[in-house]
Amino acid sequence: MVAVAGLDLTVGAGECFGLLGPNGAGKTTTIEILEGLTPPDTGEVEILGTPWRDGAAGRALRERLGIQLQETQLADKLTVSEVLALFRSFYRQSHTVEEVLALVELEEKRKARVVTLSGGQKQRLAVACALVSKPELLFLDEPTTGLDPQSRRQLWEIIRRFRAAGGTVLLTTHYMEEAERLCDRVAIMDHGKIIALGTPRELIASLGAEHVIEFALSEGIPDDLMDPIRGTGGVTAVRPGAGGLSLTVTELHRTLPALLGLLQQRRLELSSLTTHHATLDDVFVALTGRQLRDT
Amino acid sequence: MYQLAVSRMREFSREPEAVFWVFGFPIVLAFALGLAFRNTGPGKLQVGVVAGPGDSALAVVLDSSPRLIATVLDTATARVRLRTGRVALLVVPGDPVVYRYDSTRTESGLARLQVDEVLQRSRGRKDLIAVRDDREVAPGSRYIDFLIPGLLGMNLLGSGIWGVGFSVVQARQRKLLKRYMATPMRRSHYLLSFILSRLVFLIVEVVALVGFGWLLFGVAVRGSFATLAAITILGSFAFAGLGLLVASRAKTIEGVSGLMNLVMLPMWILSGTFFSYARFPNAMIPFVKALPLTALNDALRAVMIDGAAITSLGTPLAIVVAWGAVSFVIALKIFRWR
Repeated sequence: MVAVAGLDLTVGAGECFGLLGPNGAGKTTTIEILEGLTPPDTGEVEILGTPWRDGAAGRALRERLGIQLQETQLADKLTVSEVLALFRSFYRQSHTVEEVLALVELEEKRKARVVTLSGGQKQRLAVACALVSKPELLFLDEPTTGLDPQSRRQLWEIIRRFRAAGGTVLLTTHYMEEAERLCDRVAIMDHGKIIALGTPRELIASLGAEHVIEFALSEGIPDDLMDPIRGTGGVTAVRPGAGGLSLTVTELHRTLPALLGLLQQRRLELSSLTTHHATLDDVFVALTGRQLRDT
Repeated sequence: MYQLAVSRMREFSREPEAVFWVFGFPIVLAFALGLAFRNTGPGKLQVGVVAGPGDSALAVVLDSSPRLIATVLDTATARVRLRTGRVALLVVPGDPVVYRYDSTRTESGLARLQVDEVLQRSRGRKDLIAVRDDREVAPGSRYIDFLIPGLLGMNLLGSGIWGVGFSVVQARQRKLLKRYMATPMRRSHYLLSFILSRLVFLIVEVVALVGFGWLLFGVAVRGSFATLAAITILGSFAFAGLGLLVASRAKTIEGVSGLMNLVMLPMWILSGTFFSYARFPNAMIPFVKALPLTALNDALRAVMIDGAAITSLGTPLAIVVAWGAVSFVIALKIFRWR
């Protein structure tokens, strides 16, 4: 089975690069090939200017990387500082346990066993294990999946500090909001292929419009409504959205009154109407016709 | 590697169940078996006399022997008691008198001799030569002396295979192996750390079991402690290797449990832990002797009971080392790291 095919991308030093996509898009396979954990069937991977090699060369390269895997469960019975001391021992050069505890703000938990940590704390410990080697390049595979908003923000802060110190980050996520906030550039993946690549701003601009109107009618959308909507001034795209229609528009202040006028004229009743600035979610919907969350 | 080994030990020692099965269980077993087979001299044997003409006279004669307790039983009860082992032998009065018993049961054989002697004597059989009993009670020849080295061997096998096997498969299941692969850690260090931490626990295991045998039952070590240490180190190395081999491919705890039983069960039965393997047919003996636990048990008994020197134990120790080295090398080759 081919999980990813024909992937071609370059990540620059000091950059934060995001691989985005729904579950099963091939993000983890991609990042694990880059990490040298899964050998690619064909193609070449160069990390920090070096291809993956077995033996001493591979180990020398690993000294410079920090890796957090999606599914790792650390040993339950060890304490936080014991886990860090263990990971620290694998590297020639590393932070002390106290330094890395401070980086991820787990100082108070240093004597706690892993099994007693909350989801967010476990995830910060996993990131700490990746940071302990003073890496130049940090790989994070869905670091915030399943975390509450506060834990997510704490992790974002850790990533920001790492970048501020000059580190390069490659992360995967299926939260478009996370990619918009953290990443300089993103690649949107779907079914093992990259379907869009650029800065979040560029990708949103590629929609050709900055705003999105989503609305639904209490009696459903009649077929003969589509053409007049497409003809409404400022509408650049019309797509089926959650239970109704999703319009991409350039100028909200012009389109919205026109749309409401049209509905009133046809005596159609609105059941919901929302507007928001276009996001990477809208880019994904525009490219695949599917919502990111319900795939 | 030091950190890996220390982590192994910490994880293990924080697992109360594991600690019990490795340290507590063999001691409980030794205690129970030691009590059951304690050396109290020849006990009294229960025999049944099947109801029939002359049954009570027969029972009185048999009961008068200090070694026998005879009871008159009706036919049905007699059969049940024989089958469940509550009587060692049934005597059916008549001419000829019939002895009914199971010849594979040691005590039935004894009862056959005893009953026959009492009956024949009561009819006037005479001793033709003078004899004297001299009971052996010296340490070294009792069942517990045989048992303790066997339990020690079995314990080294169990803790090697369980201790290594489960934690490797657990680490694989939790993707921890993969996480380690993402660090510059050497793979051989990971595997060696298991052997290293096994060696540390080994000290505790040996001291606990040998100390227990010595304190409660006076089971002494006739040979040198250095030799005993050397043998147990080699044994534990071999079984840790075997444990790694068993765990080298399995992806689930259930899968590895099956494999472990497949490896351990034959050795528990065949390798002379609870009874001497000399009871097996001659054709099987070379195969049984080639098993690592047999070799280890032989070597342990030679040191603890006979006080053998390490130089005389070349063959069994070579077998033990060969098993360890071969399984370690194969494990390293076929190990599934992901």
